[in-house]
Amino acid sequence: MFRGLMTRSTAALLAVTASAALAAPTLAQQGGTIRIGSIKTLEGPFATGGQDAVRALTMAFEEVNFTVAGKKIEWVRESSNAQADVALARARKLIEQDQVDIIIGPLSGAEGMALRDYSRTLTGKTIVNGQSAAADTTLRDVSPNFFRFNGDGMQWIAGLGTYAYQKMNARHVALVGGDYAFPYAQVFGFMQEFCKLGGKVTKLWSPLGTTDFASTIASIPKNADTVLVIHGGTDALAFLTQYAQAGGQQPLIAGPVTVDQVVMSARGPHRRLLNNLISAGPIVDDSDDPTWKAFVASYKKRFPDGFAAPSINAVHYYIAAKAVIMALEQVKGDLSNNQQAFQAALAKLEVPTPMGGKVRLDDNRQAIASNFIRRVVDRNGQLFTTQVERFDNVTQTFGMPRAEFLALGSPSRDNPSCPPQ
Amino acid sequence: MSGATAATVILNGLTLAALYFVVASGFSLIFGLMRTVNMAHGSLYLVGAYIGYAVFEPLYDRDLWYAWYLAILAGMAAAALFGVLMQTVLLGWMQGQELRQALVTIALSIIVADQLLARFGGTPRQFFAPDALFGSTALPLIGNYPTFRLVQIGVALAVGIGLWLLLNRTRLGLMVRAGVDDRPMLAAMGVNVPLVAVLVFALGAALAGLGGVIGATAQPLAQGVDARFLLTALVVVIVGGMGSIAGTAIGALLVGLAEQIGQALFPTYSVILTFLIMVVVLAIRPQGIMGRAR
Repeated sequence: MFRGLMTRSTAALLAVTASAALAAPTLAQQGGTIRIGSIKTLEGPFATGGQDAVRALTMAFEEVNFTVAGKKIEWVRESSNAQADVALARARKLIEQDQVDIIIGPLSGAEGMALRDYSRTLTGKTIVNGQSAAADTTLRDVSPNFFRFNGDGMQWIAGLGTYAYQKMNARHVALVGGDYAFPYAQVFGFMQEFCKLGGKVTKLWSPLGTTDFASTIASIPKNADTVLVIHGGTDALAFLTQYAQAGGQQPLIAGPVTVDQVVMSARGPHRRLLNNLISAGPIVDDSDDPTWKAFVASYKKRFPDGFAAPSINAVHYYIAAKAVIMALEQVKGDLSNNQQAFQAALAKLEVPTPMGGKVRLDDNRQAIASNFIRRVVDRNGQLFTTQVERFDNVTQTFGMPRAEFLALGSPSRDNPSCPPQ
Repeated sequence: MSGATAATVILNGLTLAALYFVVASGFSLIFGLMRTVNMAHGSLYLVGAYIGYAVFEPLYDRDLWYAWYLAILAGMAAAALFGVLMQTVLLGWMQGQELRQALVTIALSIIVADQLLARFGGTPRQFFAPDALFGSTALPLIGNYPTFRLVQIGVALAVGIGLWLLLNRTRLGLMVRAGVDDRPMLAAMGVNVPLVAVLVFALGAALAGLGGVIGATAQPLAQGVDARFLLTALVVVIVGGMGSIAGTAIGALLVGLAEQIGQALFPTYSVILTFLIMVVVLAIRPQGIMGRAR
């Protein structure tokens, strides 16, 4: 009986597989559609950010009514949990089973490195980064099929080291951050400026997904005059809450994903710490720029249940989707010849951003973009960031020649280093 | 590391262990009597926390002091009810089929997580402890220490002592202990074993719900914490010994201390320390530190 069942189900499985294999090429050959896959974190510590990325992609595709150059956009959604292996498995699924032409994603640092490597093994497919921001993704071992229209972690923190040293008189900063590629990049960017000016840095890493930071907080040196928070998502929320509970007295400054609507919209005792907090990042919530105001208005109209302002995730996934749509329009939806024309168009693109600026790519297909120093303000119980300083055309190498910059080594948990004596 | 920092880290370990004990004791209790490896224990934690939060938020908005206490009751009740349903509808009639129960509870945990995501969304939430429990308390040697973490120890002690009294001083406890040793004989004595099973399941689930509200006051509540607490509960009872309350306490202490000391001394590899403890225990004493060989 059991054996009979086995054979029957095996046969059924074979039949399904066979028909799927037969059906797949016909799907791919349908001339009238362009299949775009997306990967963002709808699970794990950045789930809320991933949700906002979906909103942004929905907006971008709806704006063109899911049509580009007369072809229909078919959107296949996939999710990961901020782990590189999961993102890779989902990307494989999108390429191999769903037969997508283009992937927009992923969201988190290590995922980006994994998909960059995967993209190198593909021909005739393109991955446009969602918002992952590890530095080396487009700095070392670059892939011709991987395009990134957002700054990396280093670019996103540009200006903060100088601001902390010169305007806040910080001399010894203790930094707390997640122990993976994206925070390494931010720390590298911060220390690049801060250590050059003579500042000292103590680093306190914790694994991504840590929820109990009590012992990290206890390890913050008493003689550090400022604490730099690099955590994002629920990690940031947990750290800030527990810092408030522990009665932490040292003033805080923060990285780009710590001060974001994902964290600012959540309720809790951490909000006390956020008010007036100085941070660096690529977006400013209450910018007066008309493009930004229009973007926020259409976001809030389409998603009344969204954040008070679009998050960093929304902005970057939106830019990525816009870039894909613009390049597709330029080549009239022609993805033949291994997407050569499409990729060339992407590389030369100047994409208008919701912040009112423009993003263009360098030779490594990495964005040259604007960055801001921001202050958190409380408006009737809603927290927003407001602009303190603005830097345009921030490059991945902080304006240094690429070779000289590469000689500084890869950002890692130990590089760079300028510990207090 | 200075003496004060070392003392703080150890106290952090103890307070984290307290939370782990509350969550894992329910898991251990259920396993002890029913040999059910309840892979949905993390879901009971989530259900308790989210239902507790749904009760908590509107009351907190009106500044009612009892909002948090009511959330605890609601969280425990919701988790207990869910546990009873699990036992009566699903697990009761596949008693003794361990693999089947494990698969059913895994499936259940996926379904519950998705339903909670659909209902409550992905935004992290957190309970705010009543003012009496928030802020910090001055301790000798350590200085200011978060009051709520000390409360966790109190809750864990209450749970531990309560469970000990229940198991050793009541008729229900007598039946539970007898059931652990010889279930068919207990049934032959005329005890309604399925009913005892439902009661134990309700109790174990209520403890998970209690852990949910307490845990979500100390740390953010978000999607995915169910898996984390299930894993922790598994490690705790494997180290301590399945079905033993004292073993669960020892397991929770080891895991909590290992996590916090690891975080302070070698953060990158702190995760490994927990599993190293598990490997060592499994190699030397496979039934767990307080577990009885079967």
